[in-house]
Amino acid sequence: MATNEMTGAEIVLKALTDQGVDTVFGYPGGAVLPIYDEIFQQEKVEHILVRHEQGATHAAEGYARSTGKCGVVLVTSGPGATNAVTGLTDALLDSIPMVCITGQVPTHLIGSDAFQECDTVGITRPCTKHNYLVKDVNDLARILHEAFYVATHGRPGPVVVDIPKDVQFAKGRYVGPKNIEHKTYRPQVKADQAAIRAAVELIATAKRPVLYTGGGVINSGPTASKLLRDFVEMTNIPITSTLMGLGAYPASGKNWLGMLGMHGMYEANMVMHDCDVMICVGARFDDRITGRLNAFSPNSKKIHIDIDPSSINKTVRVDVPIVADVAHALEDMIRVWKSKSVVLDKKALDTWWKQIDGWRAKNCLKYKQNADVIMPQYAVERLYELTKDKNTYITTEVGQHQMWAAQFYRFEEPNRWMTSGGLGTMGYGLPAAVGVQQAHPDALVIDIAGDASVLMTMQEMSTAIQYELPIKIFILNNQHMGMVRQWQQLLHGNRLSHSYTEALPDFVKLAEAYGCVGIRATKPAELDDAIKEMIKTPHPVLFDCRVANLANCFPMIPSGKAHNEMILGEEVADEDVGSVIDAKGKMLV
Amino acid sequence: MNAHLQPSGSAYFLDTVKPDVETHALAVIVDNEPGVLARVIGLFSGRGYNIESLTVSETQHERHISRITIVTSGTPVVIEQIKNQLGRMVPVHSVADLTVQGNSITRELAMVKVAGQGEKRVEALRLADAFRARVIDAGTSSFIFEITGKSDKVEQFISLMVPLGLVEVARTGVAGITRGPEGMKD
Repeated sequence: MATNEMTGAEIVLKALTDQGVDTVFGYPGGAVLPIYDEIFQQEKVEHILVRHEQGATHAAEGYARSTGKCGVVLVTSGPGATNAVTGLTDALLDSIPMVCITGQVPTHLIGSDAFQECDTVGITRPCTKHNYLVKDVNDLARILHEAFYVATHGRPGPVVVDIPKDVQFAKGRYVGPKNIEHKTYRPQVKADQAAIRAAVELIATAKRPVLYTGGGVINSGPTASKLLRDFVEMTNIPITSTLMGLGAYPASGKNWLGMLGMHGMYEANMVMHDCDVMICVGARFDDRITGRLNAFSPNSKKIHIDIDPSSINKTVRVDVPIVADVAHALEDMIRVWKSKSVVLDKKALDTWWKQIDGWRAKNCLKYKQNADVIMPQYAVERLYELTKDKNTYITTEVGQHQMWAAQFYRFEEPNRWMTSGGLGTMGYGLPAAVGVQQAHPDALVIDIAGDASVLMTMQEMSTAIQYELPIKIFILNNQHMGMVRQWQQLLHGNRLSHSYTEALPDFVKLAEAYGCVGIRATKPAELDDAIKEMIKTPHPVLFDCRVANLANCFPMIPSGKAHNEMILGEEVADEDVGSVIDAKGKMLV
Repeated sequence: MNAHLQPSGSAYFLDTVKPDVETHALAVIVDNEPGVLARVIGLFSGRGYNIESLTVSETQHERHISRITIVTSGTPVVIEQIKNQLGRMVPVHSVADLTVQGNSITRELAMVKVAGQGEKRVEALRLADAFRARVIDAGTSSFIFEITGKSDKVEQFISLMVPLGLVEVARTGVAGITRGPEGMKD
């Protein structure tokens, strides 16, 4: 017998350690017991026991997004795997690298409707980048290493490895990760140089250019953010970003326009609409960005840098497609720019900036302050002011609070902002915070949450307590599903069908029940002290921030409208809000 | 610059003009691993693409490589998107558009069962001869013809057999290959 003969379960742990994995988020069950037995007998890989498999996937996403490493999940067969599906889909849509190991019933029982059996590879096929069912223990090591390769190369994404229980017990040969890459999967990272030259030549002619950047810059790594900043510095081109790309360019940078899209900044959307050259870097023209497609940036030539060829020309036709990793493409562009000594038309650019300043003067985030009630915007503003000088990571749930966080919290660095953009998963933020805190034990990790979202994965507070992860759950509590209510007001005659939560728990008592700290703020005057108290508490905190119940999130591009048809909060009285969107718009999502 | 040429992407502003739909034959080289066909079919159903014909078989046994030929239809933008979506799948080695490459041959095979007596039977045989269909089974009251050719030829033969006593048809779907000395990248 060769010396590297070991059981499947041992192979799993060996492969994880050889891949440099230090943390696994998981939940045990019958079909993964052999792997859990191995976990028990080693100390290299720390296992974080979650309370629901969805929590494990979001925690792994938070871990991955905040470190740039691959997140790892371990769950059992059947319900363990199906519970992980939401997080897998979330990771697929937001391009988060993740390896999810699922247990499976023994191979001879597959297909027999055995206890806790489900067709895991069948169910997860459309919601993973790739997946495997391991039928022979001798393939296990290779497949695991391949899974990490696939998850982290090209456009990152989740990979499932389904391991039947008998394969975990069986003895087989271990091979190390050296030289293991997928036999054919070789995503293109280096751009076609002719395309780079064409892009530089096009930008050189621009009079009203804009950089529209996205999550691809973050995924490409810190170098990409650095190069992006250099490029903006060199060219003085205004820059906006999607929800997923916040932090790649600092919010304090002078060229920063703020986020664009449905709840983006007025100036960012106007720039997108009126530009003549658009440079899309690692973003994908999502419908939340473009608004009405046939009115999207009608007079611009478009350059699109994306590592995924299928993102190019999917919804918006572009003039210069560049298939490449963002950092590689930017490096090439900067080099060509310098070698050609390109200078933009300064006069045109000055005029462009002057126009932008005009749009900025609209002050689109303006809201009515209230002395008695905490405005949700104010709450995020204060949270930002009191935490900006600390080592802070922000996660969010999904809804109004998420948009307010994106608008009012200002990010200076990449990997500091974790949110569910593509799938829009309520319940993402709390477990994601668990994952972020696990990766950054000394950081201040805050989940800006909504009262409805946070209840979807509230059980993970128990995880935070168990591992002494002092996450701060900052709940903007308006007792509604705020975004649903806003849409009902805008689109459905203000008939608030099931968007009001009549029986919310007392979050302070709930905190105590979990064994963490509960804090409540109900008046603007007490907000600062309460936030300071939250920050200095060395334990997990549930912060019940009672905010104005019926505040709406503006500015907003109504459904079916173009970028230059934004509505601003100041312009619509609450009672008129319902008439802003016409019958056509009401058909849309 | 070309925004006006695009569909609005919304549920409401549906285009009234029928866009130009083209039919393309795609050859896809894949690893012959479990689930690979499900992956390809799932892509088509999940993203709402059409499949008009699909054939698959292992073509290089020692390397476990299969070749899938898909005939699909869509606007040029959709066809481009289909190729890109196929190309980024992990077990897909390469995708070739046989229609765009132009210089390619597509064939399919059909087995056509025809039952009848007398003049109809004679006529069926005569037509089969004209179409170069072979008789692969014969009885006193029925034939099975084997016909190979482009889909429209097979189609035409089958429709001619309808009044002559067509009973059943089995078709393989389309396989395609480019002309000339070069092979497809795998």
